[in-house]
Amino acid sequence: MINLNDIMETVTMISQENLDIRTITMGISLLDCADSDIEKSCEKVYEKITKKAGNLVKVGEEIEREYGIPIINKRVSVTPISMLVAVSGGDPVKYAKTLQRAAEATGVNFIGGYSALVHKGFSAGDEELIKSIPEALAVTENVCSSVNIGSTKSGINMDAVRILGEVVKETALKTADKDCIGAAKLVVFCNAPEDNPFMAGAFHGVGEPDCVINVGVSGPGVVAAALKKCKGDLGEVAEVIKRTAFKITRMGQLVGTQASKRLGVPFGIVDLSLAPTPAVGDSVARILEEMGLDVCGTHGTTAALALLNDAVKKGGVMASSSVGGLSGAFIPVSEDAGMIAAARSGDLKIEKLEAMTAVCSVGLDMIVIPGDTPAEVISAIIADEAAIGMVNSKTTAVRVIPAIGKREGEELNFGGLLGEGPVMPVNLKSSPKKFIDRGGRIPAPLQSLKN
Amino acid sequence: MKKTVITVIGKDNFGIIAKTSAICAECNVNIVDITQSVLGDMFVMVMLADISAANCSFGEFSDKMRAFGKKESLDVRVMHEDIFNSMHRI
Repeated sequence: MINLNDIMETVTMISQENLDIRTITMGISLLDCADSDIEKSCEKVYEKITKKAGNLVKVGEEIEREYGIPIINKRVSVTPISMLVAVSGGDPVKYAKTLQRAAEATGVNFIGGYSALVHKGFSAGDEELIKSIPEALAVTENVCSSVNIGSTKSGINMDAVRILGEVVKETALKTADKDCIGAAKLVVFCNAPEDNPFMAGAFHGVGEPDCVINVGVSGPGVVAAALKKCKGDLGEVAEVIKRTAFKITRMGQLVGTQASKRLGVPFGIVDLSLAPTPAVGDSVARILEEMGLDVCGTHGTTAALALLNDAVKKGGVMASSSVGGLSGAFIPVSEDAGMIAAARSGDLKIEKLEAMTAVCSVGLDMIVIPGDTPAEVISAIIADEAAIGMVNSKTTAVRVIPAIGKREGEELNFGGLLGEGPVMPVNLKSSPKKFIDRGGRIPAPLQSLKN
Repeated sequence: MKKTVITVIGKDNFGIIAKTSAICAECNVNIVDITQSVLGDMFVMVMLADISAANCSFGEFSDKMRAFGKKESLDVRVMHEDIFNSMHRI
């Protein structure tokens, strides 16, 4: 018989430590839906998504019941829509509305892929799509958007960075009556992965198969609970995290293979991630504090996070046949109870978060900034973050939410998994405007010449 | 043999095992092994059951058990054994 302690450990992880599968994301290629008539193209997109993902939610719930593991989100990611716009022309927002319709028909809670990849420059459809993002995110609820503006191989497209500063701000403005939620659904990437199952940055890369299942695991609460019992040095701390990450990832692998079998769709990857939620006991910040920091954001936070991130990968990589996506610890401020508390108390600042992004997955995520932050400052924040990603050959991203009409000390509340957060101070004393206005491209670093 | 693990945790009371077993019998689910203890006034039971001859789907059986748990204020979970095998064995 299975060991009794193992059974109780798993049950405790699920019932008390918030262990769950964060998302099953079905990637769907829309390349075969492209048509020179935008109406026909939209119809084909709707047909394909509803056909492929029609059973996704049902199968997800079936697995949930059989294995007793909560699967929080069922989602869809699609080919970057800019490629369809390139063929069809017309108003890209029509595609956003089509995606929204498909999300409602399939019951998924987010569709990602209202995206463009412009790391080396704009091609047909890219600029139109980027400029339509504020409108698209204002008229839809479940559509997510992302733009890749840089990569280690190609450098940083600073023209795109300049435009996106304005786009982020306008997106917030257009949804100002809904706590600026539009900006929470827009991510600006450097080195965006093609198989990421997490929103808002998920899209289905062109190198991917026609349809694929990717899984994102979670479980910061489980790691924090395991560390509570660990009194040893940091070597032991790393061991405990590795062992826990292994178990969490095995569960993701099991769910992924089951979903892929039942849906008749190939299994892609498990994203080895520690994704927090605003729920108490589901926080990455609390793991760092469990390691011995008074509060997340104090000196030592970057080192603790580096240890955590590395141990999660080492533990997870053996547990899965195929690892991909973002894979690492996430630090979205408004989605993490510990981070929210540290930001409120002023212990966690944007500058520290930027340093933290050099050693963990993704980047400046779900950070509320003052509503009067000029577009060029947002562009500069994006450029800084992209530079970290480009030079370190890792994914970095920016998802900041300008809180229109609000200042430091006030808060935004998005509700649900997106959480809530205080407006964090941004350096507005000096301006990067001249630098941003230069435009052009920051050349790829020497690291890109690996051949 | 398709096996499932049923865990029942909660405040001790009369007839928890009897009621749990009754649902198993009703659904043609065969109990293979059972471990139970009472710590303080906390009742903990782990049951291994074979569901290959069940007269309802896994989901329905799990729903019945969960409804029973809700009624009796117990934490009742029905989980496929694969989850434990994959998490705790290499």
